[in-house]
Amino acid sequence: MTVRTIWRKSLNAVMLSLTGVCALVTVSALFVILGFLAWNGGRSIHWTFFTNLPAPTGEVGGGIANAIVGSAKLLLIAACIGIPIGLIGAIYLAEYAGATWAFFIRYAADLMNGVPSIVIGIFAYSVVVVSMHHFSALAGGFALGVMMIPVILRSCEEFLKSVPRSLREGAMALGASKWRTILTVVVPAASGGIITAILLALARVAGETAPLLFTAFGNQFWSSGLNQPTAALPVVIYNYAMSPYDDLHQQAWAAGLVLLGLVLVTNLLTRMVLGRQTAQGR
Amino acid sequence: MGTLSTTAGPARPVSRTQALLNLLRDGDELAHAVTFAFAATILLITILLIYELWINSGLARHKFGFSFFYTSTWDPIFGQFGSWPFIYGTLVTTAVSLTIAVPLGIGAAIFLSELAPPKLSRGLSFIIDLLAAVPSVIYGLLAVFTLVPIMRSDIEPFLKKTLGFLPLFKGPAYGVGFLTAGIVLAVMTVPYIISVSREVLLAVPQDQREASLGLGATRWETTWKVVVSYAGVGIMGSIFLSMARALGETMAVTMVIGNQPKVSASLLSPGYSIAAVIANEYAEAAGNLHLSALTELGLVLLLLTLVLNALARILIIMTARKGSGVQGQ
Amino acid sequence: MAASARQVFAKENPMTSVPPIPIGASKETAQDLPLRMKVTDLNFYYGKVQSLFKVNLNIATNRVTALIGPSGCGKSTLLRTFNRMHETLAHTRLTGQILLDGDDILRQDVTRLRRRIGMVFQRPNPFPKSIYDNVAYGLRVNGHKGSLNEAVEHSLRRAALWEEVKDRLNKSAYGLSGGQQQRLCIARALAVDPEVLLLDEPCSALDPISTAKIEELLIQLKENCTIVIVTHNMQQAARVSDFTAFMLTGELVEFNPTPQLFTTPTDPRTEAYITGRFG
Repeated sequence: MTVRTIWRKSLNAVMLSLTGVCALVTVSALFVILGFLAWNGGRSIHWTFFTNLPAPTGEVGGGIANAIVGSAKLLLIAACIGIPIGLIGAIYLAEYAGATWAFFIRYAADLMNGVPSIVIGIFAYSVVVVSMHHFSALAGGFALGVMMIPVILRSCEEFLKSVPRSLREGAMALGASKWRTILTVVVPAASGGIITAILLALARVAGETAPLLFTAFGNQFWSSGLNQPTAALPVVIYNYAMSPYDDLHQQAWAAGLVLLGLVLVTNLLTRMVLGRQTAQGR
Repeated sequence: MGTLSTTAGPARPVSRTQALLNLLRDGDELAHAVTFAFAATILLITILLIYELWINSGLARHKFGFSFFYTSTWDPIFGQFGSWPFIYGTLVTTAVSLTIAVPLGIGAAIFLSELAPPKLSRGLSFIIDLLAAVPSVIYGLLAVFTLVPIMRSDIEPFLKKTLGFLPLFKGPAYGVGFLTAGIVLAVMTVPYIISVSREVLLAVPQDQREASLGLGATRWETTWKVVVSYAGVGIMGSIFLSMARALGETMAVTMVIGNQPKVSASLLSPGYSIAAVIANEYAEAAGNLHLSALTELGLVLLLLTLVLNALARILIIMTARKGSGVQGQ
Repeated sequence: MAASARQVFAKENPMTSVPPIPIGASKETAQDLPLRMKVTDLNFYYGKVQSLFKVNLNIATNRVTALIGPSGCGKSTLLRTFNRMHETLAHTRLTGQILLDGDDILRQDVTRLRRRIGMVFQRPNPFPKSIYDNVAYGLRVNGHKGSLNEAVEHSLRRAALWEEVKDRLNKSAYGLSGGQQQRLCIARALAVDPEVLLLDEPCSALDPISTAKIEELLIQLKENCTIVIVTHNMQQAARVSDFTAFMLTGELVEFNPTPQLFTTPTDPRTEAYITGRFG
């Protein structure tokens, strides 16, 4: 073997192993994150954590009950905005749209998808908070809803398109009109994918903090209705983490564990179901 | 017997309710209109978004013009707003994150596409996709309580000892600062580089690899000189995509960057980013000018991410076209 | 050990300077000529499925050997074992022996083996680089002493492409027509000066004129290169090759000098194939 060959072969071995190291490092990041959260957060998880309101400054023993309910409220509002527009828009794109409108609408959706979440927050502020003259769950829900739209739109469009032509033709051959076919055949056929798309979108916006900072703003107490500032889980994590109190730091870890747990479980379940549904693997 | 008449008689006049019922029963015209209305709101919202940002930043734009971008005084009390420190911080943290994430990401993508058996590749990609789903505030939480102490007590002092002669590593080791923020951003953006690059690499035709191996090249030589170079454009696209995400990343950055509007050559120095200042000051902005200045920053962020995302999409589309239209005429 | 090493590396093997013989003019068998490659009792498996059954084949030096047979008969599989390309797929296994100049190719370093045995594929697959860089690729990767420009020109001339591309060496290879791209791939393979050139249905994606050019090329090349070509086109095999091997469902059915195989085949299955009764 010449020197050159030995060099080439060693370089080959070294570089290929390095790529394996890169993959290992990246993948282990997830487990590191989970590990720290479980270790630090697990200690503070007990029943009262979920049922108590935050304690007055300096006192221990508070909980995140209002944050959990607040997040749920925000997600509900977001769903009311995101799902109809996203799903029905997807039906339009998949079934009715001509090339030009489809192009512009998809382009707008992709644009919206790429907008940083904090800018969406500014948008929600300008539109909702300014009109209402105060922070509210509505504003926060609006911001999150806007973020959900492009995600739901694009995935639902794909799922609807993937329903085989033969199904549609079968229904129409029996005399069903186009809208009937869509409602009773196409959408049910794509329903699995649509539900997973919605769940994934919800999981994604559930973790968003930035757009809520000046829309829902946060609340130490219960918020009634939709017109008041509302606490949310990610905002609480942020505030507690940046506070100077150890007890709040502990609560931040615990809340983080709860949030990540919900997000990851949703992602895992939906992706596994999705994987089984779509025949094409990667 | 004569031909069957195919023409109908004169049309019977239809009452208005009848016409409406016909419309509903037929339904499709209506359905088309309704679904179009919903889809069109997407266009409307997007246009409204750009409009609102433009209008609400008007005050600051007219007052400061272009000097907004290169002056450094950010004083809400006296109404002076120069955003250079934030732009600088955003650029520096993005640069640091790319320096770490790009080699790491491409390396991992190469492993997943060229070396790992298909099952392992899919499994690891799944985990990496999960990483992309972790909320920003969680990354921030971990960074604040685990990364910052390590940076402060171990890594930054080490860097100062070994590379302290460089202006990049001067100054006290606070733990927070450009470097820490860059590292967190790197961890957050690497999944995007990996998942797009992996797709693009997998799409390189197998006969390119075979041609190279057939000429006696090693696997690494084949991967680097042929496969990666074939997929190069798409990989560039993934880098632009991750840049776009890094620019807009708010929570994790604001938790570890130090939140001081300083322009410093040292990576160990605390700083500020565009997204971070908006997050910290917007809710309690002192007056309309302040709000307008922050909105203008939001507009800048919007434009930057729009351009980068558009470039990324073009590049990725270019790679997809390459695969199909190259051979022969 | 040293003797065989010398044999492997020596370019001046006295037995390779055999003058080219016009097609059809001789009745020599592969046994008379020096052998560049010798396949003995080769069995090949994709996982549990066996696709080559006890193949025995002699590849004569500086001659063209054609492998013909219906789709799926294993001719491409066989060809790809010659430069160990089958190893790029998982779960492949072979038993038996393949010798190159007397040495077992399975024991040699595979990257160096592939330098000595070049391959041209069914669809032209130039790299997304310039014409020059395509030809120079193998030279750069394996290390080349002497002028790169000269070596590139020499290969392009051998592939009968020089005149057509000499003024645009820096342009992308994708600007060439299909036939030109395939000749570029031949030039690229020739650049590293292989002893054997394997071609896997090289003309199946090309028009008749390009095909004719490449067939002419092969006849010239065999003066100092051993050629093995897989083709589904019997007329091509008859035009171009000195020896033909007919394969059927993984078995080597008949191997004879081309004129003999096509006029008086010894096996009835061969006769059935060449008269078009199947395949």
